[in-house]
Amino acid sequence: MADIHAVEPTRRDFLYVATGSLAAVGAAFAVWPLIDQMNPDASVLALASIEVDISNIPVGQETTFKWRGKPVFVRHRSEEEIAAADSVDISTLPDPQADSDRVITGPEGTLEKQWLVVIGICTHLGCVPLSYRGEYDGYFCPCHGSVYDTSGRIRKGPAPLNLEVPPYAFISDTKIKIG
Amino acid sequence: MSHQSTYTPGNGFSRWLDARLPVMRLVNDSFVDYPTPRNLNYWWTFGGILTFCLAVQIVTGIVLAMHYVPTTELAFASVEHIMRDVNYGWLIRYVHSNGASMFFIAVYIHMFRGLYYGSYKAPREVLWILGVLIYLLMMATAFFGYVLPWGQMSFWGATVITNLFGAIPFVGEALRTWLWGGFSVGDPTLNRFFSLHYLFPFLIAGVVILHVWALHVSGQGNPAGIEVKDPAKDTIPFTPYATIKDAFGLALFAILFAYFVFYNPNGLGEPDNYIVANPLSTPAHIVPEWYLLPFYAILRAVPDKLGGVVLMFGAIAILFVLPWLDTSKVRSARFRPLFKQFFWIFVAVCIGLGYCGGQSPDKILLAVGDGGFDVTDLSRILTVYYFAHFIILFPVLGLIEKPKPLPESIAASVLPGTRQDKATS
Repeated sequence: MADIHAVEPTRRDFLYVATGSLAAVGAAFAVWPLIDQMNPDASVLALASIEVDISNIPVGQETTFKWRGKPVFVRHRSEEEIAAADSVDISTLPDPQADSDRVITGPEGTLEKQWLVVIGICTHLGCVPLSYRGEYDGYFCPCHGSVYDTSGRIRKGPAPLNLEVPPYAFISDTKIKIG
Repeated sequence: MSHQSTYTPGNGFSRWLDARLPVMRLVNDSFVDYPTPRNLNYWWTFGGILTFCLAVQIVTGIVLAMHYVPTTELAFASVEHIMRDVNYGWLIRYVHSNGASMFFIAVYIHMFRGLYYGSYKAPREVLWILGVLIYLLMMATAFFGYVLPWGQMSFWGATVITNLFGAIPFVGEALRTWLWGGFSVGDPTLNRFFSLHYLFPFLIAGVVILHVWALHVSGQGNPAGIEVKDPAKDTIPFTPYATIKDAFGLALFAILFAYFVFYNPNGLGEPDNYIVANPLSTPAHIVPEWYLLPFYAILRAVPDKLGGVVLMFGAIAILFVLPWLDTSKVRSARFRPLFKQFFWIFVAVCIGLGYCGGQSPDKILLAVGDGGFDVTDLSRILTVYYFAHFIILFPVLGLIEKPKPLPESIAASVLPGTRQDKATS
């Protein structure tokens, strides 16, 4: 056997390897649909963004919307809540982020600080935190005791990150599009 | 210990069949005339018990699938329909749900048996690795199955476990979305979990066949941990001796099984799973089923999310390399005085981890000042010990330990007057 491998590869050897390689690539392509069918389908993607009316959320209150199967908290913050979120020394935070980076500009081009929109999923192990609880009056996760402030930033407990801000935009003064 | 076939076809038909497909010969040589060490104790009956468990799960599962509906709208209701309307549905479902727990009780005893008697050592490494593979498949199957009733624990258990894959750097997010078939656990997730829950038991059955094949190549281990020298003296035929012993062990096991099914059918479950899944409200305390608790404790013991996931899977992965971590030539703990003690400490550590996994992580066990020693602290100590047992104790013990003298043969270890292992222990 060793003699066969020692000789110069023939034209036939090359054709064998090339054919085999092509077959392997073809098989890989054939497998792809079987893998990709598990990704989100068209009907799921069609629901990937929602438009919500925020005109009936009074100051100091919050409404939960279901987006992509997850709760999204839309919180109409009071002046005190905004001030509390603004006055924090960012360098002391576990996941440093300014409150102004966690809100977006409205249709008039000004920062809509009164609206906080966050995904209501604790960044620890995925529980849903409770609103207006905890020592910062933001959010408190009952599972393992993570405490978030009025900007949804992690302040205490095992969670590593701030509550995620979903992609959203103001369509008008009273409507936002999430996703 | 592969042995010469002793099968002789008794009549014309079996001679005809034997020349074409020697299946009767295979059965005879594997389960009738198969030479079995004569000193097997009752810990060796769990292989048969596990086969029984797998068969029960497959049969009851196929029946349940005739009534169950895998959509988020109807899953919970269809399980209640099985419980209330389907003839004997309550019995079949309770056998299936408790059957999973019984399966894990049996597999844990089987695995600890292997650890105690050194069943993983040469030449049985592949046999052991196939066993660990079966255990992994069992855990995946049980996880998929637990999601199907679509209760609160189903949903949030699935959320936490699938989120673990999100901790993998770079591809984590995409992988999680791919597993979900959406942006959270939902209809596509439930549907595919049902499909996989139906598939995996047959994969297990396939690996079980390899496991038994490997067993029959190397021959069964035995409590003395020595090889068969003289088959005439050291072994007895599988049937009737091992068959009857297995049947008796199985009967005792069935009593325990029946106790749970008929007298305590929800004793091992979580009451929260009788609340229909609600993606907007998390139960105050998420716990997996009891058989996954030790790994859940390891996951939570690590302050880093990715680190926790790595250690949790590492706790199982380390079993694959165990045959090469153990440096002792002596198999059975009977003749390893030091290892024997550490074995029981290890059992206690595993049970301790199971306890931690079931408790709230900030529960104070020993109050000191305004803080104290909580469940997380205990989990950390036990996690370190768990890995130290494999990485440090297994290699070191084999080098420093002075084993007791081994019996001359299997026969000598059990026949009257020559029981030197009993005399010295």
